[in-house]
Amino acid sequence: MKPVDFDYSAAETVDEALTQLSGADVKVMSGGQSLGPMLNLRLVRPSALVGLAATAALRRIEDASGAVTVGAAVRHAEFEDGKVPDPAGGMMQYVARGIAHRAVRTRGTIGGSLAHADPAADWVTTLTTLDAVLTLRGAAGSRDVPMTGFMQGAFTTALRDGEIIESIRIPKRSESVRWGYYKICRKVGEFAEAIGALVVDPGQRYCRVVMGATDGAPVVLDDFSRRLAAEGAAALSGLADTVRATLPDANPVSLRQHEVALRRAIQQVYPS
Amino acid sequence: MAKDGIGARVIRKEDERHLHGRGRFVSDIAMPGLSDVAFRRSAVAHGRIRGITKPAGLEDRVFTAADLTGVNPILANSGIPGFKTSNYPALATDKVRFVGECIAMCIAPTRAEAEDVAEAVGLDIEELPAVVDSLDARRPDSPLVHDEWGDNLFLTTAVNGDIDDLAKTAPVKVSRELNTGRQCMHPMEGKGVLAYWDFQAGQLVVYTSTQVPHMIRTGLSETLGLDQAKIRVIPPDVGGGFGYKCVLQPEEICVAWLAMTRRRPFRWIEDRREHLTAGANSREHHYKLTAYADERGRLLGLDAEVTVSVGAYSVWPFTACLEAAQAGGNLPGPYDFRVYRCKTFSVATNKPPFTPYRGVARPGVCFAIELMIDAIAREVGRDPMDVRAENLVQAAQMPYTNVTGKHYDSGDYPESLRMAAGLIDVAGVRKRQASGEPDGRRIGVGFSTFTEQSAHGTKVFASWGIPLVPGYEQATVRLTPDGSLEIRAGIHTIGQGLETTLSQVAVEELGIAFDAVRVTLGDTASTPYSTGAYASRGMVMAGGAVSRASIELARRIRRIAAHLMQCSEDSVELKDGAIYSGKASISFADVGKAWYLRPEQLPDNVDTMGLEVTEGYKPKVDSGVFTYSTHAAVVAVDEDTGQVELLDYAVVDDCGRMVNPMIVDGQLIGGAVQGIGTALFEESPYDVHGQPLASTLQDYTLPGAFEVPRMKMGHIESPSPYSAHGMKGVGEGGAIAPPGAIVNAINDALKDRGVELTRIPATPERILEALIRAEEKTASEAVA
Repeated sequence: MKPVDFDYSAAETVDEALTQLSGADVKVMSGGQSLGPMLNLRLVRPSALVGLAATAALRRIEDASGAVTVGAAVRHAEFEDGKVPDPAGGMMQYVARGIAHRAVRTRGTIGGSLAHADPAADWVTTLTTLDAVLTLRGAAGSRDVPMTGFMQGAFTTALRDGEIIESIRIPKRSESVRWGYYKICRKVGEFAEAIGALVVDPGQRYCRVVMGATDGAPVVLDDFSRRLAAEGAAALSGLADTVRATLPDANPVSLRQHEVALRRAIQQVYPS
Repeated sequence: MAKDGIGARVIRKEDERHLHGRGRFVSDIAMPGLSDVAFRRSAVAHGRIRGITKPAGLEDRVFTAADLTGVNPILANSGIPGFKTSNYPALATDKVRFVGECIAMCIAPTRAEAEDVAEAVGLDIEELPAVVDSLDARRPDSPLVHDEWGDNLFLTTAVNGDIDDLAKTAPVKVSRELNTGRQCMHPMEGKGVLAYWDFQAGQLVVYTSTQVPHMIRTGLSETLGLDQAKIRVIPPDVGGGFGYKCVLQPEEICVAWLAMTRRRPFRWIEDRREHLTAGANSREHHYKLTAYADERGRLLGLDAEVTVSVGAYSVWPFTACLEAAQAGGNLPGPYDFRVYRCKTFSVATNKPPFTPYRGVARPGVCFAIELMIDAIAREVGRDPMDVRAENLVQAAQMPYTNVTGKHYDSGDYPESLRMAAGLIDVAGVRKRQASGEPDGRRIGVGFSTFTEQSAHGTKVFASWGIPLVPGYEQATVRLTPDGSLEIRAGIHTIGQGLETTLSQVAVEELGIAFDAVRVTLGDTASTPYSTGAYASRGMVMAGGAVSRASIELARRIRRIAAHLMQCSEDSVELKDGAIYSGKASISFADVGKAWYLRPEQLPDNVDTMGLEVTEGYKPKVDSGVFTYSTHAAVVAVDEDTGQVELLDYAVVDDCGRMVNPMIVDGQLIGGAVQGIGTALFEESPYDVHGQPLASTLQDYTLPGAFEVPRMKMGHIESPSPYSAHGMKGVGEGGAIAPPGAIVNAINDALKDRGVELTRIPATPERILEALIRAEEKTASEAVA
């Protein structure tokens, strides 16, 4: 369980990273908490790795009026420790605290997690729920992609060859924001079997319920979100059907787990 | 009790080096010119090897079975009639029989480069249908793991009690089918072996992470065809074994062969993926049970069929029959009943061979019989705890010979149950259960009682006819010129604290200061032969040997001391770190100095035997001293998620005289954590092609700190009448009871839901699945 022979260099600037990424079979490492084991299992066989975890431009945190923007190399532990301004009622800090174990959180980065796009990871679901927008940067320049369009399937994203995530912009919610987050894991620190997440901001007329840890990208439950905003807890009666309709191929156990995760997340906002 | 002697909670001698990271494990050993070994392993569960191609230019870095001339396969036969032989080659020859089987050995300056070479080896393997499920493997149309056998049965055994009459008359009959998952045991350190040729000694030196160094020397000698005197096996620090490291491994043979033939140092350090897929398999049992009882739930008889999926090969020296033999023999457990029929099947499957794992078969049989006791209790409408208490062998019946002829030497089994019930406050739990939880979870309580045949010796192993039968365990004690004590024993310390507890025994017998004792274990060049650390035998056997050798050494010390003090030998007392006669005293150093450095002080008729003693020991009755125990679990089951939380957990144990109660607690807690893994988390599933689905620790779930409750400990000390100081073994017991106690508790919690779990691990998915099925059944009945 040792990696293939590869070169490694830490990029000091984004431009330097993009130059290095133009080589054949070059991969980005940003924290390495998923990539490390994959390298050791030789599931990934790069000729070179470009380290982004210490690239200064990717470690910036900006607190503007409408949004908090974080560089892709901001680590989970920095959210957990309150070093990132809070865009939405403390949700990101709460979620960060539950990512794997502290050892993983001190190295793993938000951009690394998003680019890896494991359906069972926390950030892909959370940032979909928060309607975040990613800024991707490649040799041709920058482009913005909303989280809802970024993850296209399990371990599949909108990133093009040679492109990296530069930053993530998370809209600030109003004082009235409330959120729920519930994940079902085999044990503490494991990847989730099911995640229920929602953000409700009456002040901004925003309500989004998301089902995470499915076989693919997190699913925004649009119709159900509208019903929930209108009816509150009464909408829960339609939850099981919504889950079943959304995951037609799932087995009964998985359906139940997703339903329960969503219900418990919703009940954090709408106690029934 | 001597200060720091038997019964003292002495801090372990081993702790300082380990807590400071200064232990020395195989992979810590550096050596000039050391090459790393990586194996190319089979990617298919069952196949015929048509060709192996060494990569061009790297031919001298790759070795296959064809290169291992003169190396014998591992041959582990049982003497039980009908046992079928499997040749387990160090590197596969004609067929591969499990995913992970070694096919080619590759060497390079580093492990990463050795893996590069291994990848480049070309394999042409014709894939064959795999034998995966042990019940399917018993069918006549099953593919064959070993073509020449005609079936897939290593061995079948039968105990033929007269159950048919009972079946006609017994008022209560309860039948169940139970399954225990295949597991992989997880010492923190995997296997590792480093070998080189010592030109000065003219010896092959093998550092290996093993529980049984002397046996490995014997095994290497047999497979390599090298005299035992030319092999030295040294076990460095060993980071846990649990049974995985008590068998001869193909990799050990391969690396030793390289060093023997190349006369250079080589090493192989197992990685966790190899560990999970290619080794350390255990536990997979299937039970078909029918219990007969009276109206009060008093067990009258048991009819059993046990199928064990032992994997592809028989392991040396414990063979492929150990598991089923233990299962059939121990299934009746601590219960008093007289009619027993049991058929066992040791089935070959295309999976890695079973290695003995802490408890050997008993976690499975304990789970099985304990679930049956609870099922009987529910059937007759009584509290399982009461039914259990009435069925246990009672204290007044001791010593008791059970239905399989096991001789239970001492103890009060029902008292262990009562104490465990008290520790978890069973009355309080029942009240809480009745009132319901605010969060809606369901509370359940479960118990599990078992006996643990520990330090079973010559008679038992001889009856299984295995290649190496343990006999007298030996130890050497030596007083040094400066009055300190050296203990040498061939058993090894693998985390169980033997450096400490053997010292305590010597302190007890010699009155010498604890800090003056040094212990050397395992090195075949400097310790007497031992079959090693397994079967909860270390303390009873090596402890007994140290006791006996120390008693003789004390006699010799008294003799010299009497001369030095000019008193009678009878008046000499060894205590508190010195040697006394009345008010006069001398030091141990005075005696050592007189013998070694100032012999002119001694009389002409001195005892010439000196101050070094080797003695052998086994208990008066060597069929085993029976530790027993009750575990109690309180669980909360979340019906929406199937998640189980252990709210409370108690362990009451009687291992006879405790040498170091702190170490006993450590053994019990550590074992119980593994048992929690067996009950709720750990499983190595295989797909229909025999592919292991848990190849990393992300797929194979071990319990972590969050999943383990703070355990409540209780002790009874009933000394064994047969062993030195009344000691009984305690190494394995903690791992035996948790599945029974925990699943009984889950079933207690869900009894009103019509759900009864019969398979471990009881994962949330399995619990949820059972609950959903029960819901659907209720719903369809309501419609009907």
